[in-house]
Formats: sequence, structure tokens, C-alpha cells
Amino acid sequence: MTTVRGDTMPGDTGWFVRRSTGASRVASVMSLALVVVLFLVPEMMGANAVQQLTSLFTFLILAIMWNALAGYGGMVSVGQQAFIGFGAYATIFLTQHGVTPYLAIVIAAFASAALAAVESLLVLRLRGGQFAVGTWVVAEALALLVILDHSLGGGTGTSLHGLNRYSITDRRDYTYWLSLAFTVLLLGSIFLLLRRRTGAALQAIRDDEEAAASVGVRVRPLRFLLFVLAGFGCGAAGALILANTSFIQPTSIFGVQYTAYMIFMVLVGGLGTFEGPIIGAIVFFVIQYNFADEGAWYLIGLGVVAMGFALFLPRGLWSLLTDRLHFQLLPVGYRLTRPEKLPPKTIEGGGVVSDHG
Amino acid sequence: MTLLDVLDLQARHGLLQAVRGVSFTVSQGETVALVGANGAGKSTLLRTLAGAHPASAGSVRFDDVDITGVPAHRRVALGIALVPEGRKLFADLTVEENLLVAGRRARRGPWTVDTVVAAFPMLKPLRNKRASQLSGGEQQATAIGRALMTNPRLLMVDEVSLGLAPIAVDAVYESLSSLIKSGSTVVLVEQDLRRAMSVADRVMCILEGKIVLEAPTASVSRELITEAYFGLRTQGSA
Amino acid sequence: MSWVNAVVQGLLLGGLYALFACGLSLMFGVMRIINLAHGDIAVLGAFLVWEVSFTYHVSPFVALLPVLPIMAAFGYVLQRSVLARSLRGGPLIPLLTTFGLSIVIQNGLLQTYSPDVRSLGAKAGTISTKSWVINSQLAVPYIGLLVLALAVVVLGGLQLTLRRTPFGREMRATALDPDTAALVGIPAWSVYAKATAIALATATLAGSFLAIRSTFQPSSGPTQLIFAFEAVVIGGLGSLWGTLGGGIVLGIAQTIGANIDPRYSILAGHLVFLAVLASPRGRIFASRSTTT
Repeated sequence: MTTVRGDTMPGDTGWFVRRSTGASRVASVMSLALVVVLFLVPEMMGANAVQQLTSLFTFLILAIMWNALAGYGGMVSVGQQAFIGFGAYATIFLTQHGVTPYLAIVIAAFASAALAAVESLLVLRLRGGQFAVGTWVVAEALALLVILDHSLGGGTGTSLHGLNRYSITDRRDYTYWLSLAFTVLLLGSIFLLLRRRTGAALQAIRDDEEAAASVGVRVRPLRFLLFVLAGFGCGAAGALILANTSFIQPTSIFGVQYTAYMIFMVLVGGLGTFEGPIIGAIVFFVIQYNFADEGAWYLIGLGVVAMGFALFLPRGLWSLLTDRLHFQLLPVGYRLTRPEKLPPKTIEGGGVVSDHG
Repeated sequence: MTLLDVLDLQARHGLLQAVRGVSFTVSQGETVALVGANGAGKSTLLRTLAGAHPASAGSVRFDDVDITGVPAHRRVALGIALVPEGRKLFADLTVEENLLVAGRRARRGPWTVDTVVAAFPMLKPLRNKRASQLSGGEQQATAIGRALMTNPRLLMVDEVSLGLAPIAVDAVYESLSSLIKSGSTVVLVEQDLRRAMSVADRVMCILEGKIVLEAPTASVSRELITEAYFGLRTQGSA
Repeated sequence: MSWVNAVVQGLLLGGLYALFACGLSLMFGVMRIINLAHGDIAVLGAFLVWEVSFTYHVSPFVALLPVLPIMAAFGYVLQRSVLARSLRGGPLIPLLTTFGLSIVIQNGLLQTYSPDVRSLGAKAGTISTKSWVINSQLAVPYIGLLVLALAVVVLGGLQLTLRRTPFGREMRATALDPDTAALVGIPAWSVYAKATAIALATATLAGSFLAIRSTFQPSSGPTQLIFAFEAVVIGGLGSLWGTLGGGIVLGIAQTIGANIDPRYSILAGHLVFLAVLASPRGRIFASRSTTT
């Protein structure tokens, strides 16, 4: 189906590599505009909207992080709630020792990253189901340790008292902006990861780890990087959840239902894509906003939908879009293109020749 | 009488077309040798005939019944057995267990653990040895024996001599010859042309997924096959 | 409680954990599926026994007789319908599917029954309360002995089946190489379905005896799953008897932890598990798991 040019020079293939497409350029500009608009939301919209959006941002962070682990790194963690809880309780701990709350949140995120680095020594050797349950056990152990510590409120729970120094409006707005900042930061980090060589490396690992290693892809450092990043992100999310709600308890903030939510968001949106977790987080947020009061039925519904997607649409909603329209919003990936302007030369004998199938 | 009838068979590996429209027949009692370079599609063809690989187009008829969509384990019940490339014995099972597990759902027939061991005498002292501890030749003997345990009407052996020492290959071919003499229908893939031609009634050469040469062994020379093998000349049915 | 007593109680508790773990181990060994719904399925089985026991006024031991085949059938159907499909999607999908299943079962139970803690001990009669009193420091509860004996019987039976019976051979062959197993006539789907049926039956046993021996509630599943998994890891993957050993070590870790302070019991188990993961033994375990 391609035309064969009989007289092209040996080195001049006519092909060159492009990083972005028309669609991705448009999307990039729109994304930046969106961020600016979001930044202005507290000025433009009411209290409820600000709080709901903050909530959405924390879900978004969780979805992005879980997708980074499972979709890019092939690591299915059932224990990210360890960092969610750790981030929250680290914040409590820091504010108890005089650190200003919002700074404490940032430090707590980095502390969670450090925890991830330590935990990685233990769990990154494991694969598949062993990794999943191993991470879960760590989360459970952490929760139990916190329950034993009375200074952190023990089993009954605690709140972030340090926030009381701010007015309610200020609290809400600062928490919002910090959530937005973390979301943008993490999305940006993932984008950078994908755009640079690490992106291709991750794809290679996902497709065939052994083959990737044999061409020099450093599998373990990449997995380590993703795990630490996810620790950072989930820790930030945990701290932000703490700031956004008035009260947390160890059993809930370290609860495995967070993993359920993350799995749902990523599966429904599209595992292993950049846009997928964003879609999934929005879908989950909308469902949660409307149905969370239904209690057990709501969770049953979530579980059934997750199973349905796992079995029938494992590539998520985003795949429906990309399968039909062959575009990608993000300027990642490498595209071979050729300028269309050169006229095809015909071979002696006329007609165009098709190459071998 | 025609046992196997393959028509325009196609099979893919992902996007790669491995078998491109292969047609041939195998008569009862015949021995057919399949030769061709690595990657020519021989293994894929055999696996598709055995049902371990899906056909993307074309048909396979066995005993005049269309089995194109039949899964592998049911083809065994119909009488098709494949000794896969690389032997693929069940490593943690003993030789005897490998044979027994194949015999459990076998058709009626002369092959039992005892008759298989009699046919491959080298296995006698190895019955309780783990398959992972066997040498190449012993593994091949066990693998062929395992396939025989299903009492097949058509036996397919992929890469008979690959990775085996010449002495081991001798032993395997000795057993194969007596098998063939007793009237079995055999399709074998063999890299060693001399060996292949020594046991086969017919030779088929595959290149890039197509049959480029098909002829009775008696009427074709090694030179002709070699040329077909390397694609220097195309001839014969497609 | 004396230390000797703690160890003995831990030993008996280990029997229960081993019973939970063998189904998990079987499914992983044969199909490479870690069934994240295993604990919840065990609790489902316990609730079914509860239903039969109270509706027909029989002891839970009698109630097990119809419930075990029902749960085995459920396992067969589950494999054929849901799990078989998820296996085709790669290693991630079965984990996600069983996790979804876990949520559905747990919340379904929560919706049908209240979150109240309950027990089948009373229904089971005196065996659940009587002990063999050795001295003032040491008492061995009959139910604990029964569970340990049952674990040994079940594990032994499974081991025997795998090693000696034709079906067991087929399971081992399919576990090693389902592709080649098909080439010798073994239908992998059938082997998988039967293995799942057995796994769910053992899970039901475990759940029921948990209910008899102590308490249970709709949300008990995940905790039992974690313990089962810890037992498998501590005991070493791929060995059924190792699972018994692992269960016992876990049980003893928990009871000794409880002896120091009741709040430490579960944490002690987690710490032992993590220590095993960190140890050279754990590295062997990890390297074996990379081949899967």
C-alpha cells in the first residue's frame, strides 16, 4: 500500500520524528488555560464548589498515583493507604511540634516518599499477588502502630487543630490551592516521565520486562522511582484529606477502601494512559457525590462496575475514545511522519507497487 | 485413505503472518517430513494442526471431519498428538507420571506405560526419575512416548533431533522407524535432511509460511530440497 | 496466661490459619491466581452455615454437609464464568477482578445481615467451650484440637490427591504447563474449575470453624485473607505442609504477642511476616515468585 520510490538516496528516508501532533498542541494550550481558571475558582465560586473540587483533586491525585504504579510500572499495590494514612498522621505529628499546617503537609508528603523508599527495600522484590498483599500488610501494620500511639489520638481519631488559626474561608481556599498545586505538580511529573526516555522504558518494561532489561532498560531503578513518587503523592493526598475533613481515624484513613476507589478510578478511566485516571476520577467523584449515602449498595455497585470493566472493558473509557479517533492529547510518544508534499515516483512499468504484507 | 486434509490454512503471530495459505493432505500410514529454515512457520503449522494455535483462515479436516475450531484437548481424543518443540515435559513429574497423565484420557489402543517403555528401552531405568533431570535424548524419548500414550492416529513430532547428540538421535530414530513400520501416520519436522529423507515417504519444504516444495522422497534430490529450503527456486504446489 | 499456654494456643490457632491458607495456596499453585476474595468467601460460607443451622435447627457441623457442596459448586461456576475470563487478560486482571468480587461479597453480606459480631459457638454445643485441662496454667480447648486435626487431614488429603491420584497428576501438569497439558488431552478449564471448587470448599470449612471457635461478621474477610497469605508466605510457597508450618508460626506469633499485651497480637503477626519477607528466606521466596 505504500509507494516505492525507486530513486531515493540511501540516507534520505524522508521520514522524521515528531513529538507532538496538532491535537496535542491544542490540548496542551487548553490544559494551561484550565489550570489558570481553576486557580481563580475560590475568587469566583462559592464555598461548596471549592470544597468539592478539593475533594476531586485528592481523588485525582490518588488515581494518578495508582495508575503510575500499576499502569506504568506493572505493580498492583493494595497498600497505598499506608501512605495516605502516614501523610495524614505525619502532618498531625508535625503540627503538634509547632510546624505551620500547610508547611507540615508539604513536609509530610516528602516524609511519605521517604517511607516509600524504605518500604521498597522490602516489597519491590515481590511480584504480582505477593506484592499486592505485602503492601497491604505494611498498611495494616502501620495502622496498628498508630492506634497504639496515644499522642496521635490512638484508635479514637484526631483532627488537625493547627488549622484553627485560620478563618474557615481561608482554610478552605488555602487547602484548595495546595491541592491544585499538588495535582498540577504530580500530573506534570508523570508527563515529564512519559515524555523523556523513561516513558519508552516504562512501556518496554510493561510489554516485556526481560527483553527491556536486555536492551539496557534499568528496571529496578524505574520501579523504585515510581514507588517513591506514588508514596509522595498518596502521602500528599492523605494530608490534604485530613485538611479537608475535620476528623480522621486510623481504621479509615489507613483503610483498604482507598485502594478500592483507586482501582475503580483507574480501571474505569483507562489503565496505563495519561488521560484515563483523570476521567476515572471525575466519574468516581460524580458517582460518589450522588450515591455515597446509599452505604453498602453503593459499594456493591462500585465493585460490580469495577469487575465489569475488568472483564469487558479493561482498557477503560478512554480506550473507547482512542480506538475510534486516532489521536492522543498528550505530546508524548514518537511519531514517524513524512512530508506529504513530495510526489510519489512511479516504477518502470507503471502503477504503484505494494510491499510485502 | 486421506487422514488429514489441510486447505488454505493461515495462522498469525500477532500481526505477523506465520502460515500463509498452506494446503496438503496426509494419507493413513504415510510419513511426511516437514523441512524449512527457522522461522519458516513449521512449528506454527504443527501447533495449528494440533489446535494449540488458532487458525486465522482456512480449514483442517481430520478423517473427513472439520476440526478447524476444535480445541487442542479434544483433538487428542480424536487421535491427533503433537510432540511439541522443546519437548515440554512436565518438569516436576517423573517419567512415569508424564506418561500416565497423558494416558488418563487416552483413546483405546496398544500403547500403555509398559509398551512405551518397551519401545524406548532407554526409559526403563528412568521411570521414577524427574523429567527435569533427564538428558536431551531421554527427554525426547519420553516426550514421544507421552504422545503415544494417547494412542494417536496421527503423530506429529516437532524438531525431532534439535539439541540432541547424534547418538541420542540414532536411538530416537530407531524407535521412530519401528513405529513407522508398524503403520502409524507421522508428520515430523526435522532439520537434518538426511535423517528426514531416510524415514519419510514424502517431503514438504516450507519457506516463509508457504509450501515451496512437495514431493515423494524417492523422486527428489537433496539439491532440489536445499534450493527450495533457501528460496533459490520455487516449485510445486502452494 | 503462661508462655507454654500461649504457645499451645498459638499452635491450635495455626491450625485454623492453615485451613484458611490451603485454598489460597491451591488456587495460586494451579492457576497463579491470588484470590483477594478468599477471606470474604470463607465468611460467606460461614453465613450460609449460620442460615442452615438456625433455619433447620441443626448444629453447624451438620449444616456443613449441604453447605460444602453448594460452595464447591459456586467455586466451579465462579471459575468458569468470571475467573477463566479474567485469566486471559494478563496478571493484573485477576487481581482486580477478585478484589471487586471481595467488595461485592462483603457489602452484600453487610446489606443482608447486620454488621453485628456473631458466633456459631453456642450452636455448636459444648465442644466449643470445653477444654482438656492439663494443669492450672494449661488448658487445651477441644475445638482448637479439632480444627488442628482437620487442618492436618485436609492438607494431607490434598497432598495425597496431588501426588497419587490421576486427577492430582492432571492438576500438577496443568499448573506447570497448561498449554502442553492440552496437547496430551487435559482440558485446563476443567482442572481449574475443580481446583477452584476445592479451594472454596476448604475456605468454607475455615470460615465455619472460625465462626464456631470465635466470632465473625461481614467484614471479617480481609483480615482472614491477610492471615492466610501471611501463613503461606511464612511457610514457603509451593508446599502444602509448609502452609501448616506457616500457619502455626503465625498463630504462635500472635498469641505470644497477645501474652505481652492484647493489643499487640495482630501486629506481632504482621511483624513476623515482614521479618520473613526481609530475611534471606524471603529473598528465596521472592526469587521464586519472579518466575511466575
